[in-house]
Amino acid sequence: MGGNAERVRTLIRAAGMLPVLILLAIGFELLTGRFLSVNNLSIVTQQASINIVLAAGMTFVILTGGIDLSVGSILATAAMGAVIASLWPGMGWLGVPIGLLIGLAFGIVNGLMVAYLGLPPFIVTLGALTAVRGVARLLGEDTTVFNADLPFAVIGNGTVFGIPILAIIALAVILASWFILRRTVLGTWIYAVGGNQEAARLTGIKVSLVLLFVYSMSGLMAGLGGVMSAARLYAANGLQLGQAYELDAIAAVILGGTSFVGGVGSIWGTLIGGLIIAVLSNGLILTGVSDIWQFIIKGLVIIAAVALDRYRLSGGART
Amino acid sequence: MAPILEMQGIAKTFGPVRALRGVSLTVHPGEVHALMGENGAGKSTLMKILSGAYVPDPGGEVRVNGQPMPFGNPKTSKDFGIAVIYQELSLAPNLTVAENVFLGNERASRGVVDRRAMREETEPLLRQLGVSFSPSTLVAGLSLGERQLVEIARALSTNARIIVMDEPTTSLSSRETEKLFEVIARMKADGIAVIYISHRMEEIYRLSDRCSVLRDGSYVGTLDRADLSAAKLVAMMVGRDLSSFYKKDHVPHDAPRDVVMTVEGMGDGRLVTDCSFQVHRGEVLGIAGLVGSGRTELARLIYGADAKASGRVTMLGQDVTPKSPREALDAGIVYLTEDRKGLGLFLDMSISDNVSMCVLERDAKAGMRDFGRAADRAARSLKGLAIKAPNAAITVGALSGGNQQKVLLARLLELEPKVIILDEPTRGVDVGAKSEIYRLIDDLAKRGMAVVMISSELPEIVGVADRVLVMREGRIAGEVRAPVEQEAIMALSVGPVAA
Repeated sequence: MGGNAERVRTLIRAAGMLPVLILLAIGFELLTGRFLSVNNLSIVTQQASINIVLAAGMTFVILTGGIDLSVGSILATAAMGAVIASLWPGMGWLGVPIGLLIGLAFGIVNGLMVAYLGLPPFIVTLGALTAVRGVARLLGEDTTVFNADLPFAVIGNGTVFGIPILAIIALAVILASWFILRRTVLGTWIYAVGGNQEAARLTGIKVSLVLLFVYSMSGLMAGLGGVMSAARLYAANGLQLGQAYELDAIAAVILGGTSFVGGVGSIWGTLIGGLIIAVLSNGLILTGVSDIWQFIIKGLVIIAAVALDRYRLSGGART
Repeated sequence: MAPILEMQGIAKTFGPVRALRGVSLTVHPGEVHALMGENGAGKSTLMKILSGAYVPDPGGEVRVNGQPMPFGNPKTSKDFGIAVIYQELSLAPNLTVAENVFLGNERASRGVVDRRAMREETEPLLRQLGVSFSPSTLVAGLSLGERQLVEIARALSTNARIIVMDEPTTSLSSRETEKLFEVIARMKADGIAVIYISHRMEEIYRLSDRCSVLRDGSYVGTLDRADLSAAKLVAMMVGRDLSSFYKKDHVPHDAPRDVVMTVEGMGDGRLVTDCSFQVHRGEVLGIAGLVGSGRTELARLIYGADAKASGRVTMLGQDVTPKSPREALDAGIVYLTEDRKGLGLFLDMSISDNVSMCVLERDAKAGMRDFGRAADRAARSLKGLAIKAPNAAITVGALSGGNQQKVLLARLLELEPKVIILDEPTRGVDVGAKSEIYRLIDDLAKRGMAVVMISSELPEIVGVADRVLVMREGRIAGEVRAPVEQEAIMALSVGPVAA
């Protein structure tokens, strides 16, 4: 970082998937004639926003060479907590901080196990994926909780100058993530730990603290995702909400060019990756493709896009 | 005797880079032909053309036993009896020795792998090499040296007559090196030609019948065994006379009041036992010993990188015994790892980030990076250490070995340490960068820093250090004071010889 050449390089990497995003948008517009309408774009950004928030947290984790499989379950638990708290008479707004705190708390637990017990991230968060899902179901006694008068429903459904508040939150998260990753010492440490963990330790970097931070951040973002989701739906269901969300989040990060082994990647790439996934989902629905084929096409496009990206990068590498 | 291999007028360009220009090389059967040159001189490119990995520019010719060999096909090269043993070994650790020997060339009957046939064919090869393991041993259980012998067995199994070895002893212990040399002698006796790439003068002296030197992609010349001398070879490699290759201008301090760091009773309960020594300001203290004698382990204990069983570290009279690298850095002790890619550098990050990595917090304001200061530090390092890079924003992975080492050194120097521990500071570094690093070490001592230098290269340690500790089996076996001589170090390294 610092220095123009590096910035240009990062930009090229991040922009790598931008052409794919634009081509998809144009393609869907040609096929349906209504994809690029203001109304539909507003829906797309709204649909993208929760996944982008999760993917931002996931970017931190994957940059250190880790993975967080538990974000879908944490999102469900946080949403349950937020809706239940919103039913408290007169203190319904507390649902927002409670949702965030639930996410942060689970993230800290994940982080402590990875950073201080030295357990593999895949195993820790795979366990959390199951266990936290159980907690989500426990919270509502395995039913759907509703609140038709959700005090913070504006988060999920309001707009500012026509822009959905959900999208504004997602953009704010991206900007804050960029700031942490590129402007703070902690951000440089995150890249260093992902690039070479043992070298980071020998360099005097507090590796455990860095790991604790990234999993906490991912948990907090899942909590935020839970609040956003609850606010949009006026409800939460511990069993169904957030199922397989972790996979879309991971897909967004990888589509964005972040290396799965850590150390290389950018938050802008994640933003584009998240948008590609949302555009695909929305566009396929508009074209009337059946639900089953949507799955198949989405999966293939993700693989093809990443393959294209790797091919492009290896072409530019030195011999 | 007719030559077994003749390479003539070989040129190779990669885009704008001319890696080789009209190189010729002649090798006879039963000859060990050393190939020397700085990193980037073209040795590897030349060998990759020989092995069929690269196609040279038109005009060149390779003849094996007088037959012209077509280029660019590894299988053809193999059929012509050429085998290359690369630095990075290419064995599958979870397979047996026999399976590895026949990897990609499996003996099979009706599509089923015939393990027994492979074992039986491997047996005589291993006997020929005089090794102690069997064809059914798992490669994972073998040492690096033994694995290299498996690679050689694989080469022999294809009836190779020309075997290329690229820095084969880099990661071998001295015993394994001896074993390898025996094997080379046997192959030689069988009429196999060995092309031996190495940076180590001692090995060249010992093994080679002739030695060819490349410089900047051009052939410089070939010396016969009788004409070999370090001065001549170095001059050929760098194209200038290096009369002051090692530099020792600093005046070492050795009075008790000049002691900077005292290490007492250092041990980890396994590989290092009860090591005690002192180092003075402005002094270069060498630590010699065979590979595996515990030198790196001792350094890591002092630096707080590994858990100690016992021992204290005192700086200027104060107990600072570091429990982590961070505490060592705070106490003014820094450590240059011997494994700069694996344990030192962040290859995907910029020079600037790498140089500033230890002082990020010191430079930061409220946790925010100070990029201006990082740029200043990087610019100063590029200039001060003569790091060859277009700018400080390029990633360290793109630099050559010598320049990477300088980046790592720059990072440590930005901390302005009192004690700097250098572990094999010139490993994998070309001759030019080596002499620059020696000059830098001398300079650090002149500025009053205490330098501890671990090295396996005796000429280097004799040339640079004021005083040498010799380690053997995890203990400090003795100290060699000025005038430091190789023989005294060697005698302490190997221990008392049974009569």
